[in-house]
Amino acid sequence: MLHLVVCIKQVPDSREIRIDPKTNTLIRQGVPAIVNYYDLHGLEEALRIKDRHGARVTVVTMGPPSADKALKQCIAMGADEGVLVSDRAFAGADTLATSYVVAMTIRKAEEEWGPVDIVFCGKQTLDGDTGQVGPGVACRLDLEQLTYVEKVEHLDLERREIIVHRHLEDGVERVRAKLPVLITALAELNEPRRASLPGVLRAARYKPMVWTTNDFPDLDRSKIGLRGSPTIVAKTWVPEPRKVNTEYIPADPPEAAAEALVERLFASDIAEKLGWVQGVRA
Amino acid sequence: MADERFDAIVVGAGPAGTAAAYTMAKAGLKVALVERGEFPGAKNIFGGVLYRKQLEDLIPEWWKEAPLERKIVEQRLWILADDSAVTFGHRNQRYHDPPNCWTGLRVKFDPWFAGKAEQAGAIPIYETVVTGLLRAGERVRGVITDRDDGELEANVTIIADGVNSLLGKQLMVHREWRPDEVSLAVKEIIQLPKQTIQDRFNLEGDEGCTIEIIGHTCGMAGLGFLYTNTDTLSIGVGVMVSDLKKKRVKPYEVLDGLKQHPAISRLIQGGEVKEYSGHLIPEGGFNSIPALAGDGWMICGDAAQLVNAVHREGTNLAITSGRLAGEAAIRAHEAGDFSASTLAAYDEAIRASFVYKDLKKYRGVHSLLAHEDAEQLFHRLPQALNDAAYEMLLVDGVPKRDKQRKAIRRVKEAAGGAYMDLIRLGLKGWRAMNG
Repeated sequence: MLHLVVCIKQVPDSREIRIDPKTNTLIRQGVPAIVNYYDLHGLEEALRIKDRHGARVTVVTMGPPSADKALKQCIAMGADEGVLVSDRAFAGADTLATSYVVAMTIRKAEEEWGPVDIVFCGKQTLDGDTGQVGPGVACRLDLEQLTYVEKVEHLDLERREIIVHRHLEDGVERVRAKLPVLITALAELNEPRRASLPGVLRAARYKPMVWTTNDFPDLDRSKIGLRGSPTIVAKTWVPEPRKVNTEYIPADPPEAAAEALVERLFASDIAEKLGWVQGVRA
Repeated sequence: MADERFDAIVVGAGPAGTAAAYTMAKAGLKVALVERGEFPGAKNIFGGVLYRKQLEDLIPEWWKEAPLERKIVEQRLWILADDSAVTFGHRNQRYHDPPNCWTGLRVKFDPWFAGKAEQAGAIPIYETVVTGLLRAGERVRGVITDRDDGELEANVTIIADGVNSLLGKQLMVHREWRPDEVSLAVKEIIQLPKQTIQDRFNLEGDEGCTIEIIGHTCGMAGLGFLYTNTDTLSIGVGVMVSDLKKKRVKPYEVLDGLKQHPAISRLIQGGEVKEYSGHLIPEGGFNSIPALAGDGWMICGDAAQLVNAVHREGTNLAITSGRLAGEAAIRAHEAGDFSASTLAAYDEAIRASFVYKDLKKYRGVHSLLAHEDAEQLFHRLPQALNDAAYEMLLVDGVPKRDKQRKAIRRVKEAAGGAYMDLIRLGLKGWRAMNG
């Protein structure tokens, strides 16, 4: 059976994030945690392949014990198994150390449930925005790397081939690759499903597997956590809000206000930029 | 349809539904707790008062772990005219131990309470809307949700889906509420530093204070409130929907008016408005209580109109009704009989409880609010009372005897011009409060 692994991350809900004006850091306290948006598109694609061809879908995440909630959400949607890699020793990891641990986790998942055919990741996380972990995992596991995928056109199980569309800055690239591959998902890839009621019931009772450093006998401790993270954050800052000059035109009477507005627009360069022509409509 | 069957389904993870789910799960019943919000409390705007006693019947010393705001040591009543206030209040150190009530925000409290039900074994089914009931003739045999394969079966369904109970309507136990049976409450959460709140309200540490407000509601039947939370204030006003309709006033205009009153504006000054919200509150009271149980179902909390408008108690009635429904379900489970006659035990338990007795006591209040001249009760009388107080306390060389006459005359005029009108109104009010 196909074995699909989906890598997810629990992130603070970016819609509710604010920045502490004094320290310039994210205020994470009290912000609800969600599954990284792009990861859900990866999961949905895996579930679609499962629906069509039959497959085992394993979801893996690294994070604190509370991240089991994110895994349960994936189980509700239809994933078969969820693995939480959680240990204080993993904390403080940058993308290099994270991709090392995620790669180790996928290797262990292969030992448990068979060789992996496709790994799905989101194109990036909402909180880190680097987009580095997916490619990092692909390198370590020696998988074909298909980043920024907006469509899976074809999956040929006989020939073990996949055709995907990669969305690039100047166009779309249609790529054929041999399995196993790693795909990083764009939002355009699909619309994640809403969990069915039986799915929600299963998730409510589901206890994800938790793997700690003890579960990885070959782990190189110099490559994990803060010690394995060479990234240095030199500086962070909040961009100045752009200044916009707003002019208020009293709307009384409305005809005069409309006239004044037209006059202002044509006096500025807006009309020219948009190619408007001043005239009277019959 | 989900393959598994539950002993009980609870619709709505507010205080009523969660109390029911907790009670049943603790007794070993297989319970599903369905909630439309992303999490319990997510849809809730309540920033009010939570009482110790009723929840203590379920979870001893619950307040030691629940997320609460401030312990109320002082309750005030303000009667407002346009630029003045007559105030009453009671402060007592005895409210420290044992505490009587706290201010709380249900967006924090509900997840905690539902978490207790989950720990007890209730299965949470959140972000899920119950769109209908599964019926077999008269009998309710489960619910239909908005998820795929969304039917769920159980021996008993407990309906706790709030004031605008869609399931209650489907069951035909109540119709669409009339505008004179519900009030619309609007509320703002205003953020202020903890110390500022303590200084302005004469509080220390986790002490809190509540102010109930009569008058200054644009001549409509309604009550205002101002409660102290840890580092926010809840300020709001509830007005009968029928009056809003009649006067063509927007609810936020009433709240804005209240916020600008000189006695209040100073208390909230400099605060940042964090939230604005509105919610219906059942006001029908005793006269609007529907049938509470039938074949395979029970209804509790706001959905059953169990709200004491006079004492602004709703959450504790909800908790008690949920617990009683849960206990009735446990007995039905033991007997293996979920028919209307067995579940009628819930109806009887409600009747024997403070819930029913309190609502019965105030059954006249609703008609007083709905039918008496609101302008008179909520505008002219408060105004006259303030004028009278002003006259009495003003030292201007007028003999006190004359002042007293003038003061009484003012109140009398506001009541309709004659002593008889004042007496009539007084009697009506007396009966409504003590009937």
